[in-house]
Amino acid sequence: MSGNHKPKVLLSVQNLKKYFPIRQGMVIRRHVGDVKAVDDVSFDIYEGETLGLVGESGCGKTTVGRTLLRLYEPTGGKVFFDGQDITRLSPSEMRAARRKMQMIFQDPYASLNPRMTVGNIISEPMLYHRIVSRADRDERVRELLEMVGLRAYFAKRYPHEFSGGQRQRIGIARSLALEPSFIVCDEPISALDVSIQAQIVNLLEELQDTLGLTYLFIAHDLSMVRHISDRIAVMYLGKIVELTDRNELYDNPLHPYTKALLSAVPIPDPVIEEQREIIELEGDVPSPSNPPKGCNFNTRCPLAQPHCFEAEPPLVEVSPGHHVACHLVEPTETA
Amino acid sequence: MLLEVENLVTRFYTSEGVVHAVNGVSYNIDHGETLAIVGESGCGKSVSVRSIMRLIPQPPGKIESGRVMFKGRDLLGLNDEQIRKVRGNEIAMIFQDPMTSLNPVLTIERQITEALEQHWKMSGAAATQRAAELLEMVSIPNARARLKDYPYQFSGGMRQRAMVAMALACEPDLLIADEPTTALDVTIQSQIVNLVRRLQQQTNMAIIWITHDLGVVARLAQRVMVMYAGYVIEAAPVKELYGNPRHPYTLGLLGSLPRLDAPPNTRLFSIPGQPPDQVALPEGCPFAPRCHMVIERCLHEMPPEEPVSEHHHVACWRKDDVGNGGPRVRQS
Ligand SMILES: Nc1ncnc2c1ncn2[C@@H]1O[C@H](COP(=O)(O)OP(=O)(O)OP(=O)(O)O)[C@@H](O)[C@H]1O
Ligand SMILES: Nc1ncnc2c1ncn2[C@@H]1O[C@H](COP(=O)(O)OP(=O)(O)OP(=O)(O)O)[C@@H](O)[C@H]1O
Ligand code: SF4
Ligand SMILES: [Mg+2]
Ligand SMILES: [Mg+2]
Repeated sequence: MSGNHKPKVLLSVQNLKKYFPIRQGMVIRRHVGDVKAVDDVSFDIYEGETLGLVGESGCGKTTVGRTLLRLYEPTGGKVFFDGQDITRLSPSEMRAARRKMQMIFQDPYASLNPRMTVGNIISEPMLYHRIVSRADRDERVRELLEMVGLRAYFAKRYPHEFSGGQRQRIGIARSLALEPSFIVCDEPISALDVSIQAQIVNLLEELQDTLGLTYLFIAHDLSMVRHISDRIAVMYLGKIVELTDRNELYDNPLHPYTKALLSAVPIPDPVIEEQREIIELEGDVPSPSNPPKGCNFNTRCPLAQPHCFEAEPPLVEVSPGHHVACHLVEPTETA
Repeated sequence: MLLEVENLVTRFYTSEGVVHAVNGVSYNIDHGETLAIVGESGCGKSVSVRSIMRLIPQPPGKIESGRVMFKGRDLLGLNDEQIRKVRGNEIAMIFQDPMTSLNPVLTIERQITEALEQHWKMSGAAATQRAAELLEMVSIPNARARLKDYPYQFSGGMRQRAMVAMALACEPDLLIADEPTTALDVTIQSQIVNLVRRLQQQTNMAIIWITHDLGVVARLAQRVMVMYAGYVIEAAPVKELYGNPRHPYTLGLLGSLPRLDAPPNTRLFSIPGQPPDQVALPEGCPFAPRCHMVIERCLHEMPPEEPVSEHHHVACWRKDDVGNGGPRVRQS
């Protein structure tokens, strides 16, 4: 994403919220609180780029991905896709819009119907949306299988006959069937072996180049996210704490959580590891049903000041393109 | 030498056929040392350490041959009573999922004091006191109060720390950690790795750490053993292995990792294909179907594990060509 021309915003997420109600009681289900899985999150994704979304388990990454596709109804906020606010679309309008927005899932085992052949799995969405006739179907399936590096005759087989990496390829072929422009990749490689992860990441990159795809790439493996992303958003407890260019994030992390997260990730190089200073965070992530007052990170932050327990820091652009939500980070120049 | 494993062979006799899980694995470890075992899912990491503790379900499993010398005794020759005394006492183990080893209906206190009673004949207030100290040692805040909790009241990271406390209650000579941090978040993983390293410095125990995370290996191990399809294909001191890998698989594995210093838009090196089915291993080198350096001989004969330098062993017919003027993985 370099160059002088201003890239087009394909997806714009504004103040997105997703709360899951907590109910108690056997007969009368009282609403006693909310899991604030995603709590006021805003970001843009430019056409043709990969935005990485990282953070620890339970911080809300999957919920962001599902809510912006309206697989979950948002509790609040707007999602503009290609200029259109999709949170206002009727269910049938949404079905049509979803053709352009697809998702690849973490678990290649659970996301494929074991009783359907690979050919049927891949062609089902095309037939449903009537974008291919039954006659052309086999040809299109064959094309898609080859596109993801599988053999055309695999179409007749069932998912259990394939390895994890091959199943993930099948899932990718299915998501490409409708010729989407945007794909949410929810930890597409986490369940795979190291030597297979590189195969899938390369495939995703090649497809992006040839088809001009835009990705939201969710992961907790920071080194892989850095490899594949143009920009990266770091989430903590339902909020984005830092968002910037991938090199800037690694060279100049500003949020204390990002710093700790980056230092916690071991680097596969024993010479570097020997000299590395590790910032160890104490304790665990608080529950999203009862987030702390003030800054979300104050219970674990090594730098927290009294003010951090009072007021919530907004996400501020501290230098061009570098957004941080921390009271201790001052803008470097006035915009 | 604290532990010497020689030529271990373990198989599983299943309805689909014989699984060649571990095919003649040898390694050793001394007091205070950390050995990492890496490799892809199913390559035999867990079975090769579970075999030494005789924790293989038999049937379908069978330890076919080998010798496991631990402090001068062959563990494979001990009777059930004797091996039970070794387990937990002299060799302790922590697993990926702490819930499989913590008893959900007993308090954390009860589980730790039980171990203390069995191994140290310690009971009552003294045992409770020691249990609290152990929880404190693994950085559980408010340890004395938390002793009364049940496992479900602990977070994933706290459970794993409680597991470490239990494993260390008997001051083992050898700690076997089978992917103890795989299910944890990076910041919690980092806490556990640092904790175990600190405790090792205090007690001088030896550690065998199984993982598929080459970053964790770089952080904590002195020596590494790379397994593939039930074979040890390369073993070396950690810096030697990362700096001068001599097996095409190790080379490919290291090459397939995204590097922090790589320029943008470089494709990762990727090893084509997938590991072989251990029911029907190919004749010859098990890596041959995926290897970019394969020659005719590889297809028929299994290369022996041979030294390329004093502490560096490789099982590959072309070990002298790898990273030595021969074909290389593209440098990213
Ligand atoms: N359908 C649901 N009902 C209730 N709570 C939910 C639901 N889905 C997610 N949550 C809660 O919302 C929070 C965010 O979950 P989410 O799955 O988005 O996290 P994540 O960042 O994707 O985590 P992981 O890395 O483990 O996949 C968690 O506390 C989770 O328990
Ligand atoms: N109880 C069992 N019955 C049959 N086969 C088994 C059994 N336990 C292990 N195996 C087989 O033995 C081989 C080695 O398994 P092992 O558990 O040692 O792999 P691993 O390297 O630890 O993998 P992972 O990284 O997935 O834990 C595998 O092919 C596995 O399927
Ligand atoms: S023995 Fe042959 S096939 Fe096996 S790793 Fe070496 S070169 Fe490759
Ligand atoms: Mg998720
Ligand atoms: Mg295992």
